[in-house]
Amino acid sequence: MELLMAIVIGILFMCATYLMLSKSILRIIIGTGLLSHGAHLLILTMGGLKGGSVPLLSDEAATYVDPLPQALILTAIVISFGVTSFLLVLAYRTYQELGTDDMEEMRGTETNE
Amino acid sequence: MNNLTFMPVLWPLFTGILLIFFAKKIKLQRGISLFSSLIGIVISFYLVITVHNQGILTLGVGSWDAPFGIVIVADMLSSLLVLTTNIIGFAILLYSFYSIGEERERHYYYPVFQFLLIGVNGAFLTGDLFNLFVFFEVMLMASYVLLVLGGTKIQLRESLKYIIVNVLSSSFFVIMVAYLYSVVGTLNMADISQRISEVNQPGIISVIAIGFLIVFGLKGAIFPLFQWLPGSYYAPPIPVMALFGALLTKVGIYSIFRTYTLMFYHDQDFTHTFLAILAILTIIIGVIGAIAYWDVKKIIIYNIIIAVGVILFGISVMNEQALSGSILYIIHDMLIKAALFLLVGIMIKISGSDDLRDMGGLIKQYPAVAWTFFIAAISLAGIPPFSGFAGKLLILQGAAEKGAYLGMAVILISSLMVLYSVMKIFMNGFWGTPKADYALTNGKVNKMLVPAVLLVIISVLFGVGTESVYPYITQAVDSLMNPEIYNKAVLKE
Repeated sequence: MELLMAIVIGILFMCATYLMLSKSILRIIIGTGLLSHGAHLLILTMGGLKGGSVPLLSDEAATYVDPLPQALILTAIVISFGVTSFLLVLAYRTYQELGTDDMEEMRGTETNE
Repeated sequence: MNNLTFMPVLWPLFTGILLIFFAKKIKLQRGISLFSSLIGIVISFYLVITVHNQGILTLGVGSWDAPFGIVIVADMLSSLLVLTTNIIGFAILLYSFYSIGEERERHYYYPVFQFLLIGVNGAFLTGDLFNLFVFFEVMLMASYVLLVLGGTKIQLRESLKYIIVNVLSSSFFVIMVAYLYSVVGTLNMADISQRISEVNQPGIISVIAIGFLIVFGLKGAIFPLFQWLPGSYYAPPIPVMALFGALLTKVGIYSIFRTYTLMFYHDQDFTHTFLAILAILTIIIGVIGAIAYWDVKKIIIYNIIIAVGVILFGISVMNEQALSGSILYIIHDMLIKAALFLLVGIMIKISGSDDLRDMGGLIKQYPAVAWTFFIAAISLAGIPPFSGFAGKLLILQGAAEKGAYLGMAVILISSLMVLYSVMKIFMNGFWGTPKADYALTNGKVNKMLVPAVLLVIISVLFGVGTESVYPYITQAVDSLMNPEIYNKAVLKE
C-alpha cells in the first residue's frame, strides 16, 4: 500500500512540475494545487497506512492509527485552499489589468514598469 | 507556564480584529495602531527582561504538555527578535501615516499590518515545527495582501510571482515536515532534537536538513533561490518594502538559526559546510547587484541579500563567537535596513525619481536627511563604533578560530563594497548640484524623518552600548550552543 501511494505521489509531483513550468497562469495554479495534494498524501503515507482502527477511544480496538498526520493534513488543506483561492482572484485581476495570462510577457523590464 | 510568552502574538491579533471594525475611520485606525504598537514594545521588552531573569519561558497551548501539544517557547534569541520586530513595526507604522496614502489606509492597510506582526512574532516564538509552518502562512498571507494592495500593474505582476514562489516553498515545507515526522515521529522541536540523536540515521537526517535549507532559503533569499526578491520587493510602496526587507527575510534566517543549531548539528562537516558555501555565494551575488544598479531601491534591496549571507556564514561557523556575532548582526541589520528603506523613500519622495542619475544636491535643502542617511550608511558598512561593527567582528573572530579564511576574506571585501554602494547613493544623491527644483517643504520631510531618525538612534545606541547588551546575547548563544538547555526547559525533565 505504501509503495502504491509513493508512486501516486510521484505522479502527482511530476504532473505538478510539468504544469508549473508552463507559461499560462491557470496551468501554474493547477500545478500548485496538484503539488499540495501530493504533499498532503505524503503526510498521510508517512504516518503509516492501515496501522489500526480509527483513533477513537473504545474497548475493542487494540491499536489506533496515528491521529497527528490527519490533523496536520486538515490544517495544510485549509491553508492551501485559502492561498489557491487568493491566487485565482489575483490571476483574474492581473489578467484584467495587464491583458495577458502569459508569464513570458510579465517579465520585469529595465524600467520595471 | 506563563501566558506572557504568547502575548506578542495575541496583542496584535486583538488589535487587528478591532481595527477591521473601524476600516473607514482613518484617524481612529491610526490612533489605535500607534497605541497598540507602543504597548507591543512594552510587552516584548518585559518579555526580554523576564527571560533574562527567569530563563526560557514556555507555554503549552491548551495546557497540553510539551511533546504532545503545541508549545510556545520564548528563549533569549526569540524574545530579542520579537522586541526588534515590534520596534520596527512602530517606526514603520509612524512613517506609513505620511506616505502610504488614504486609499490604502481605507482598504485595511492597518489591520493587515497587525496580521503580519502576528505571523512574524509567532514564527519567532513557536516551539513546534508544524506550528512554525502555520505562522509562516499567516505572515505570508498578510504579506500577499500588503504587496498587492493598491493594485498597480507592477504590483499585480510581481505579487503573482511572489505568491507562486511561496506556495512552492510552502509545499516543500509540508513535504519536509512529513519526512522528518516519519523518521522521528514528533514535531516538537526540542523533542526532535533529542530523537534525532536516538534514531541515529545521519544520512536521511542530512537530506532533510538540506530540504529545510531550501524551504527557509527561499524565504530568506539565499544564493540560488533569491531571484524573486529584487523584483517583488521593488513593487510595493516604501513602508511595505521596509517592512518586508526588515522582517520577512529575517524570519527565514531565524528558522535556519533554530533548525541548524537545535536539530541538525549531527554532521556539521556536510550540512554546515554546505551552508557556508551558499552563504559566501550569496554575499558575492548581493555585492554584484548592489554595485551594479543606479536605482536607490535596488541598491538597498541587494544589500539585504549581502546581510543574509553574512549572518548565515556566522551560523555555518557554529562556535560561540560567530553565533553571538550573527545574533548581533541580525538585530543590527533589521534596524538599519528599515531605517535605510525609510530614508531612501524620503529621497524618492523629494526628487520624484528613484534613479540616482536624476538626483543630486539634496544636502543643501535637507541636511537632516543627508546626515541621518550618512550615519545609517556607515553603520551598515560596519564602521566602529556603529552597530554593524561588533557583529561582523565577532563573526570574523569565530571564523578565524575555525580557520575559514576564504569566508573571512569575502566578508571583509564585501564590507568595502557595501560602503561603496551606499556612499554612491550619498555622493550622487546628496552632493553635487540639484537636478530639479525640490518643492517639498522641510516640515513635511521632517515628519517622515522622525521614524527613520528613531531607528538610527536605536541602532547607534545598540552599537555604542554593545557591551551592555552583550549579557543578553550570551544568554541567547548559550541555549543555541547547548541544545540541552532548550530541551530541558521545554520538556521539563
